[in-house]
Amino acid sequence: MGLVANGRMPASLTKLFNISRSYSLWVYQWGLACCAIEMGAAFGSPRYDVMRLGVIPLPASPRQADFVCVSGTVTDKMAPAVKRLWEQMPEPKYAISMGSCANCGGPYWDSYSVTKGVDQIIPIDVYVPGCPPRPEALLEGIVLLQQRIKNEDMAAKWRGEDYTSLQATNSERNAAKVAASFDADVESAEQQSSSSDPIVVGGGPVE
Amino acid sequence: MTDLSDRQKLGYIASQAADARLNVELETEGMTLNIGPQHPATHGTLRIICRLDGEQVVWAEPSCGYMHRGYEKLTEVRTFPQVTTLVNRIDWLGSFANEVPFILAAEKLMEIEAPPRAQVIRTILFELSRIANVSLFLGDLGVQMGAITPVFIAFRDREYVLNLIESATGGRFHPNFDRIGGLKDDLPAGWIDETRQVMVKLREFCDIIEDLLFGNEIFQSRTRGIGIIPADIAKDYGLSGANLRASGVDYDLRRDQEIAMAWDKADFKVWTHPDGDSFARCWVRLQETRESCKIVEQLLDQIPAGPVMTKVPRIIKVPEGEAWVATENPLGVMGYYVVSKGDLGPFRVKIRTPSFNNISIVPWALKGVYVPDIITILASLYFILGDIDR
Ligand code: SF4
Repeated sequence: MGLVANGRMPASLTKLFNISRSYSLWVYQWGLACCAIEMGAAFGSPRYDVMRLGVIPLPASPRQADFVCVSGTVTDKMAPAVKRLWEQMPEPKYAISMGSCANCGGPYWDSYSVTKGVDQIIPIDVYVPGCPPRPEALLEGIVLLQQRIKNEDMAAKWRGEDYTSLQATNSERNAAKVAASFDADVESAEQQSSSSDPIVVGGGPVE
Repeated sequence: MTDLSDRQKLGYIASQAADARLNVELETEGMTLNIGPQHPATHGTLRIICRLDGEQVVWAEPSCGYMHRGYEKLTEVRTFPQVTTLVNRIDWLGSFANEVPFILAAEKLMEIEAPPRAQVIRTILFELSRIANVSLFLGDLGVQMGAITPVFIAFRDREYVLNLIESATGGRFHPNFDRIGGLKDDLPAGWIDETRQVMVKLREFCDIIEDLLFGNEIFQSRTRGIGIIPADIAKDYGLSGANLRASGVDYDLRRDQEIAMAWDKADFKVWTHPDGDSFARCWVRLQETRESCKIVEQLLDQIPAGPVMTKVPRIIKVPEGEAWVATENPLGVMGYYVVSKGDLGPFRVKIRTPSFNNISIVPWALKGVYVPDIITILASLYFILGDIDR
């Protein structure tokens, strides 16, 4: 992967890789509380059947996983284990936070033993709100994550930068080529690179 | 028996001696095995530390607290109607059943009683949540012993029950439907007929599981005689629910207690099993699912007309006093001890959850078993982490 290591990658190859990656996602199920049952319903039940989306909910260890689905209440006692398992996952890796508890503490926002949001310890790509979210909401979160992966600039990822979409990189290049007086271009590039923010299913604030 | 020649006897003795020598040479070193804090067999985040000698467990110690969310402290800063939102989530598979004892305790303090219609509907929803809870257990049981199929069937048929709960209460999982003095709403139109049809499907589900799992020779040989808990030990450790009844103790709060619910209107059998092993615990739960279907079907015919809510003040203040109410929840005896000082919220709530006592037997039950049987025993004890750690 000499090209990628140098931070260069042909756009067509990136697209091919991205499509392949987004349809063979191996998910590590990190089920902690009530939401884990809804996650089980989404992943294990014949009615919702996540495999038709190209997601394989089987790896027994985080070392084989592409993304982790943290569902349920993260307590202060559990938090070190969550962090450790996240670090065991190989790059490129993504995280979905499922349920109000994992997003922000949920009904236990004033409890002494609950971590108020798993995003304090690991970076989250998609938030699925609800207490518990319906399995359909989790499936939508997965579809949104797949779109995000399809638009990802792999070279930037391998350089260790934050999430950068292909459009953002292209318009940045264009903006650099064109003289700086074209303010509009620069602005639009800035707007699009703000898509490195996490996605919230259904829109709205994380809470 | 045919007579043995001297030669055969000598050969037998020699082989025994060789075995003994091998055992001495193969003496194994002790090893510590850590199960969890995340393991599929623990339904959440329980950690069990086992000290092994070869394949045998010398001692085992469960380590709780990974799911401690501080319910008892949180109830002190919530008002009475808000508490049901919290306690829903203790045993997350049978949520509606968690609300009922708390509401009954508050009603006892206020000296009011729900109207008969509300009581019957409460009992029906209570039994539906028991079915939703136990049917997932029956499916999961297979997965833990290496049979994948039952869990798909369980998830498929459990959805029917969740649909019923959702159409009546608005929530698949956490209905928060019970109010002090009755219920939030009446049943929607057509719900009763739909429930009857679903009960037929669930009886079929029980038959399928009985064929697939309980009739399976591998399942039987992995559960029969494994993890035997005698009746006196079960009582000493304070077990309750199906774990206690599987040891032959005939104790069920639904039948044995006078309470403002409608179980006395239904005719049902409390199943027990004399064996006390893992198979007995699973078998008793299967029969209980059938009994729940029976209770629901009987009560559907007996829903009286009338309101679903008594007169309660808009702002609920519970008079000073203390009350203890326990019911037979899907996992066992669950009770609330509520202390009120006449404020908007409770002064102190002590929650007695069945799983915490059920899990206390694990160090005793795991002593001397082989490693694969750890999973069988844990699966058959059936606990839910929210219920242990609260
Ligand atoms: S968000 Fe709600 S359903 Fe999910 S784990 Fe928290 S309390 Fe349970």
